[in-house]
Amino acid sequence: MAIKFASASLGVTRDLLRSSPAFRTGGVILAILLVLGALSFVAPYGQGDRRVVPVDRPPSLQYIFGTTSLGQDVFWLTTYAIRNSLVIAGLAVIISRSIGVLMGSFAGYLGGGLDRTLSGFTDTFIVIPRLPLLILISFMIRGALNIVWLGVLLGLLDWAWPSKRYRSQVLTLREEEFTKTATFAGMGTLKIILREHLPFLIPFLLADAVSGFLYAIGMEVTLSVLGLSDLGSPTIGTMIYWAGYYQALLARRFWWLGAPIITSVLLVVSMYLISISLGRYLDPRTRLKSMAARSAA
Amino acid sequence: MIAPPATPVTNVAEVRDLRAYYVTETSNVQRTVRAVDGISLQIQEGEAYGIAGESGCGKSTLLKVLLGMVTPPLSIVGGSVHYRVDDRDVDILALSESERRAMRWSVVSYIPQGSMHVLNPVRKIRDTFRDFIAAHKPTWVRQTDEHVRGYLNDLGLPERVLGAYPHHLSGGMRQRVTIALATILSPRLILADEPTTALDVVVQRGVIQLLEDIRARTRSTLVLVTHDMGVHANLANRVLVLYAGQVMEEADTLTLFEQPLHPYTQYLINSLPKLDERAERVSIPGRPPALDHAPSGCRFHPRCPYAMEVCKTVVPPLMEVRPGHRVACHLVNPPNGSAAHAVG
Amino acid sequence: MPSAETFKALLRVQDLTREFVSRRGLSTRHLVAVDRANLTISADQHEILTIAGESGSGKTTLARMMLGLVEPTSGHMLFKDRDVSHITGGANRKWFRRQVQPVFQDPFATFNPLRRIDSYLYETVGNYGVAPRKTADEPIERALNAVGLSLREVKGRYPSELSGGQLQRVSIARALITDPSLLVADEPVSMLDASLRMSVVNLFRELKARQSVIYITHDLATAYYASDRVAIMLRGWIVELGPVQKVLGEPKHPYTQLLKTSVLEPDPRQKSTERVSLATSDEGSFVRVGCRFADRCPHVMDICRSVEPPDVPVDGRLVKCHLYESQSSTEEAAEAAAPLVASAT
Repeated sequence: MAIKFASASLGVTRDLLRSSPAFRTGGVILAILLVLGALSFVAPYGQGDRRVVPVDRPPSLQYIFGTTSLGQDVFWLTTYAIRNSLVIAGLAVIISRSIGVLMGSFAGYLGGGLDRTLSGFTDTFIVIPRLPLLILISFMIRGALNIVWLGVLLGLLDWAWPSKRYRSQVLTLREEEFTKTATFAGMGTLKIILREHLPFLIPFLLADAVSGFLYAIGMEVTLSVLGLSDLGSPTIGTMIYWAGYYQALLARRFWWLGAPIITSVLLVVSMYLISISLGRYLDPRTRLKSMAARSAA
Repeated sequence: MIAPPATPVTNVAEVRDLRAYYVTETSNVQRTVRAVDGISLQIQEGEAYGIAGESGCGKSTLLKVLLGMVTPPLSIVGGSVHYRVDDRDVDILALSESERRAMRWSVVSYIPQGSMHVLNPVRKIRDTFRDFIAAHKPTWVRQTDEHVRGYLNDLGLPERVLGAYPHHLSGGMRQRVTIALATILSPRLILADEPTTALDVVVQRGVIQLLEDIRARTRSTLVLVTHDMGVHANLANRVLVLYAGQVMEEADTLTLFEQPLHPYTQYLINSLPKLDERAERVSIPGRPPALDHAPSGCRFHPRCPYAMEVCKTVVPPLMEVRPGHRVACHLVNPPNGSAAHAVG
Repeated sequence: MPSAETFKALLRVQDLTREFVSRRGLSTRHLVAVDRANLTISADQHEILTIAGESGSGKTTLARMMLGLVEPTSGHMLFKDRDVSHITGGANRKWFRRQVQPVFQDPFATFNPLRRIDSYLYETVGNYGVAPRKTADEPIERALNAVGLSLREVKGRYPSELSGGQLQRVSIARALITDPSLLVADEPVSMLDASLRMSVVNLFRELKARQSVIYITHDLATAYYASDRVAIMLRGWIVELGPVQKVLGEPKHPYTQLLKTSVLEPDPRQKSTERVSLATSDEGSFVRVGCRFADRCPHVMDICRSVEPPDVPVDGRLVKCHLYESQSSTEEAAEAAAPLVASAT
């Protein structure tokens, strides 16, 4: 089962690399970033180490991205930042979209009282102002807030809007004839949602995952810049915070600020390119067309 | 090799050995769909000409080409389409887009499939007519309302539909209004694409009535494209039978239904259930081919009970076996040139 | 062959009604899609009952009620003598669905284009416990053979790889896997090409050996060809019900007569020259008192505009028309509405 999935993914990747320039570009950028993130595991310094290199050196052959006012190597710091930010955003997206898909699908498919209850609950969540709430929570538990918890927290606050959108998609899918066929074939609600409807939701899910990613990264940066997250761990946001704290901009130490900003831009752009090309590829309509083309050839 | 019709009549339109293919590329796989693959026909002035065929026979593509609506991935690979306009032969495919547009609605008009949804839902019928006339016949603009009312009266449609919105009208009435809209400029040639599909039985009868009334009144030529043989039996003078992009048979309606010569036509006619008959009806084995890899030779040979060796390799030529009756079949026209003999 | 269970009727529909309420601003509109329908499918003999009508007649809503997809607003439906008008509980629903299976109109919409088509067959076998996983192929092969296909042809294929006719056969095969007593087929051939249509219709004729079929259609020719009895529906009413040769052969109700003359026969010698007049809008006839055909009926009388016509037995069938009033006795009424005792072909 796992082998089938792995080989299928490999096939998909190969296909996409061949056919989509967007995927190639995005893939290359993301691959570079992932490699950088992976490099963090072999970094000569620990995450929280300070004063291990001379302070405030501009980029040079020895320190490729320069150094910070705290005596950290910006290059290795960036690798840690990439890793941690990906962990936070990844957790947030997985949690929020899982809840969102399940809540939205059940509400949309079952309808009636359950739908009303779930939708009411969802609407309440949507209305909550998230940033102030996050600020409050992180202020209160600042001591215990580490990377993982931040990711979980962000995830738990981001499922509401997506769940509404999945609900509306499922509302349409529910009326499809094949849903009725599945019912008469004896399939239960969960099975129908997962096997009949989910494949149609996937392209949307991918695009939605990107927006989830953006939200998580943006929130993390916002919180960090306000000084409210785990400042001891390097993330894109905390790098910006510390750079600001030490007035890197005024002192024209652009390398310290530049690294996290450019990294975040590259991360977002690459994710976007990959998601649209993957979404287009997995879109049932193009899949059907290419299935028809392949069966004819 | 196409034999010309025996009696000289005015042809309003002529299609000569038309080949129109769709070429698409998806996921690096190129696909050529030979939708129209060598069709020749002549449409005589004032007749009701039926084009019969099932899904995948190429009739929709043929319609598009007749209207000059040829955009990629559709392309004309060979042949031509000529209209007789004011004693001149006009090749519609050689015209520019604006010239083609000028021909549409005044020389050739088109009743699309699913006509019911063609009317603008937020405009009253009267306004839709006004917009249409202003766009295609500006000389009428001042007397538009009179013209429209007069035309509707002639057709037996109630005037009060003018003040209504499309959703106030029944499906059948919308269809008939669309037909009135498409024919108000008295085009010489009316192309109706599946005019009765998805309509109720009684409404179908009404639509057929309307088309017949229009034809009688304006002496225009009607081309009916539909898979419904009942429509052809009740309205068409002559019928062309298409299969997989090629012509199988063409004859006047009575002959086609009573003495079909091509095995496909025979099967088709014999499989149709008639009211008042419960005798066993047999349908054709197999299914229509996909047009991107159609069978070689005669396209019907995989399903034909009389298929011979030559049918698998040689495309049977369309030949006139009797005046006004053309058939493309090796059984009817043996390839060694001996006299044609009737089958079935 | 009828099973060992004994029950009085396979399906009994009593005064079944479905009303739709729509609110537009301050006004409320009641649309009675199915108005007190009465039908019985016999326990002793399999039959094909056609429910014929135009759009808006209520035939689709009636079919959906029979399948349990829609609940009636009033009236009862009894299947094998059990009241199934409002089914609650998974076990009950499963019991019902095992025995009443659908065939839908559009074969391409019936199956999820992203799933392999045999997965539906295996699902049905597994979910209804028809056979254990190891031997699941057997009932599937049997069902496919019954429709003229084989598992080899179908295994691993996606819907796009099959033709409409083949897909529809697979759809029927899937419905047959649980060996249902009743098939409800909603316009099963209207989306198929003419050359493929008859083979599927013939298939229904053959299936009559093991199950009864309710066949919904607007195509009178296939109805005549395939069915034993026919019910003609108009705006929620069943206006004529009886053996198909009588109802379509010599229709008594003016609406049935109109339908018959309107049919475009594929026979140039039988070109009908009778002209029909069409309604301008659909709405009026739903709310009118009296007979719903009054505005189009050539034999309309005063009483038709104010009093709803009774169901009158005439010549072995039931006709909902004032023209034939004052002819009945209760025995005749029962006989006319009843399923055929001996199937006449």
